Amino acid sequence: MKHSISAMLLGTALALGAAGGAAAQDKNVKIGVLTDNSGLYADLGGPGSTVAAQMAIEDSGLAAKGWKLDLISADHQNKPDIGSTIARQWIDVEKVDIFMDVLNSGVALAVNNIVKEKNSILIDTGAATSDLTNAQCSPNTIHWVYDTYMLANSTGQALVKAGGDTWYFLTADYAFGHALERDTAAVVVKSGGKVIGTVRHPLNTADFSSFLLQAQASKAKIVGMANAGGDTTNTIKQAAEFGIVAGGQKLAGLLLFITDVHALGLKVAQGLNFTETFYWDMNEGTRAFSKRFSERMKNKAMPSMVQAGVYSGLLHYFKALEAMGGNPHDGAKVVAKMKEMPTDDKLFGQGSIRADGRKLHPAYLFEVKKPEESKGPWDYYKLVGTTPADQAFRPLSESACPLVKK
Amino acid sequence: MTTLTDDTLRASPRAMRDEMIAFAVMALLLAAVPFTGVYPFFVMQALCFALLACAFNLLIGYGGLLSFGHAMFLGTAGYCSAHALKVWGLPPELGILVGVAAAFALSIVTGYISIRRQGIYFSMITLALSQLLYFIYLQAPFTHGEDGIQGIPQGHMFGVLDLSKPTVLYYVVLAGFLAGFLLIFRIINSPFGEVLKSIRENEQRAISLGYRTDQYKFLAFVLSGTLAGFAGSLKVFVAQNASLTDVHWSMSGEVVLMTLVGGLGTIFGPVVGAFVIIAMQQYLASFGQWVTVIQGSIFVICVLTFRRGVIGEIAHYFRRSL
Amino acid sequence: MQALYAQLLVGLINGSFYALLSLGLAVIFGMLNIINFAHGALYMMGAFVAYFLLNLGGINYWFALLLAPIIVGIFGMILERTMLKFLTGLDHLYGLLLTFGIALIVQGVFQNYFGSSGLPYAIPDQLRGGMNLGFMFLPIYRGWVVVFSLVVCLATWYLIEKTQLGAYLRAATENPTLVRAFGINVPRMITLTYGLGVGLAALAGVLSAPINQVRPLMGADLIIVVFAVVVIGGMGSIMGSIITGFALGVIEGLTKYFYPEASNTVVFVLMVLVLLVKPTGLTGRAA
Repeated sequence: MKHSISAMLLGTALALGAAGGAAAQDKNVKIGVLTDNSGLYADLGGPGSTVAAQMAIEDSGLAAKGWKLDLISADHQNKPDIGSTIARQWIDVEKVDIFMDVLNSGVALAVNNIVKEKNSILIDTGAATSDLTNAQCSPNTIHWVYDTYMLANSTGQALVKAGGDTWYFLTADYAFGHALERDTAAVVVKSGGKVIGTVRHPLNTADFSSFLLQAQASKAKIVGMANAGGDTTNTIKQAAEFGIVAGGQKLAGLLLFITDVHALGLKVAQGLNFTETFYWDMNEGTRAFSKRFSERMKNKAMPSMVQAGVYSGLLHYFKALEAMGGNPHDGAKVVAKMKEMPTDDKLFGQGSIRADGRKLHPAYLFEVKKPEESKGPWDYYKLVGTTPADQAFRPLSESACPLVKK
Repeated sequence: MTTLTDDTLRASPRAMRDEMIAFAVMALLLAAVPFTGVYPFFVMQALCFALLACAFNLLIGYGGLLSFGHAMFLGTAGYCSAHALKVWGLPPELGILVGVAAAFALSIVTGYISIRRQGIYFSMITLALSQLLYFIYLQAPFTHGEDGIQGIPQGHMFGVLDLSKPTVLYYVVLAGFLAGFLLIFRIINSPFGEVLKSIRENEQRAISLGYRTDQYKFLAFVLSGTLAGFAGSLKVFVAQNASLTDVHWSMSGEVVLMTLVGGLGTIFGPVVGAFVIIAMQQYLASFGQWVTVIQGSIFVICVLTFRRGVIGEIAHYFRRSL
Repeated sequence: MQALYAQLLVGLINGSFYALLSLGLAVIFGMLNIINFAHGALYMMGAFVAYFLLNLGGINYWFALLLAPIIVGIFGMILERTMLKFLTGLDHLYGLLLTFGIALIVQGVFQNYFGSSGLPYAIPDQLRGGMNLGFMFLPIYRGWVVVFSLVVCLATWYLIEKTQLGAYLRAATENPTLVRAFGINVPRMITLTYGLGVGLAALAGVLSAPINQVRPLMGADLIIVVFAVVVIGGMGSIMGSIITGFALGVIEGLTKYFYPEASNTVVFVLMVLVLLVKPTGLTGRAA
């Protein structure tokens, strides 16, 4: 592997006619967007992530400075084995320097391992699992946008603070749901709230009515949905039918995205509470980016936080490369440089990257607007609370990441 | 009733010789892969699926039973091998053994249940059973749900073969594939295989000849499931992870597709089919959205116009059995 | 105890979908000898057609309930005329493979154009809100689903078992050549039957649109459960598949209450048990 990289570098150096210091002057970068283009999460990342990456390449202005930035993308179909085969091939054959997006926790963890083994780079903006920066953290990986711990933490804290002190959990019955429930319950209790019950439902349930009936009977102020994807949207839809929100209980989503709200429509989604780290309508910077983004999308969608993360993550990567004066094709080295430099962009504001690879920025608790409050398409959220960057994520003191020195 | 395979081809000593030549050519071609610059991980993955498809074909092509749940053997063996390697720290050869043993046990249980019904019902039952297992694996803690078992150590086979070296791994996987393939080849050409074929052609007649056809079918099911499990265990070393994908019904569907494309009831068809479908998946990955549509179209085209599959058509043209 | 009644009622609602879908499968199987793997995809199409009718044509739920099954039914008949027709005389398994392929295509195309998150479809105004039954809060729409699908199921049963047309149908299944000799156009009857079975699936799709998100994959997993239902009930009789559908819905509902962890596996476990005790299914004759 090392041999082939240096051979390639030599080739490039000769091609450029440069003598000496080949590595430092290599200005070729290949970016790979590995995402779900067709399945469950295609709206969240998918083609939109490629658009975001393209915009980052254009906005970086590096092309004018003699850099050559290539972009490729592929569909991992939410299958870890397909994802890992593509990843290997991208590194070995296509000479990809950096992997972007990689949503779906199973695929992300698989790619994380390969990237570490081959000393490449992964900036994950889509996967939920907090393991990426905990037990399975790596010097080659940065987890950019969100993770389950942060979602549980921010939503739990902010809602208890707002008076939602009794909780009932609707939990998807598998490792992911259990983790979300466990983390949220811990925060709720720590913040002075109480968990009065839990019901576990199977994954991909079509009908939630019996679980909702149990939640309703519990009289808890908050019904926390520790599930994801189609399960969450179905829960919300049927909760509206059973009059859960109308009856005074609040629904809290623990993993929910703007694309879900868009799919549900405000009539059904109104009153939902959940956490995201990016919303297109936060300030001038986010609005300007989102408007440009939306114009390039086939369905004129606004960017999700996953797609925004691709843009923001890549810009920071480019900054690090520019500071290094060239592409060293050494993943761990570039990631170390990225961790050294503070992050700052128009989408996520100022932030930093921790030793364990966790990108830090504030988390926002949103409530979904009522239909009459919304001024137009994609005008969905009002801000309820903000958790500052240093409190939003898992503290290093609780980390199981070997990179963290204690 | 028209049967699933081409009846114009009869086994003969000459056919046997043709098949041995074809096998030698295939083995040589595959052995040469590391020297050609073809990306070995792609070929390794295809080999695992090829073995799976061959195992599946043993059941449909020679037993006339269409299993729509073969992913359960692939996935079960994969999970068990992965767990044995990662958590128990077993060496690769024992890891494979654990996986194969698990698939063997599973195929006894599921075979006992599903063999009770024929034809379409059999397909629906195997599908339902594999869905049942999917849900169990989804909830079982040791599989880590959607995250899967990740970062599985490859280790040293028999203490000497370093499987983290791609070339070594390639030849180990190839050896596994060829061994499995030869075993299936042997089964098909054994007296047992002949009885199986006669059951497929006319079960009533086989019964009247005194064969206890249910026992034959059951044995074919167990052999097929166990070999499918072997493919699943090998795959763990290639992908270095075990995930829900391998137990999902869409995987069962893919295996059916591979065999159908290559040729039901042909010896080499499933291998060709597996390479075609895996190559398609890899090279069409950037077209994402359309992969399922293309796969569906291939199903439709194969069933409507191309029922013999690639190898089946070739064999039919040359009047040889391949 | 109150909660138990509520769960029973809720179970009946799910049972309605199982009954409608397995009924459609049974009707198609009886006539074409094909297990329609595309049934889930056509169910999904029913929901999507209802969505389009509302959002593009301004046609409301009530008309969609009539129009969507007709539109999807016609689509089904086209499939039958252009593809399934050619499988006559071949092994049954080819029908399964072909319809599986069709399901992949339909689901893939919808995913490509409409993404995976799904589209919203609101409950019609007349059926909004709910009643307090004392032991539970019953959304009116749910009650409507149970009653309406029960009526449709019984009507289908009546059509096939008690009318002249049904008699032809049953006769054509038993002996197509003889029926043709009486001057009845058997291929056309086959096409119409497929259309009817598909229409039932589409109807279930429209009914479920306001409850579940309208998603391209909404039928993909459901169809496997319905297969298990069909194995349990056997496809020998129309009434059998209706009753099994409702009964399994109720059993699943009870599981959700007593042991929710097993509620998605209970139907499969039941299938295994039935196979061990009575391999031909509860109402089925030997296959």
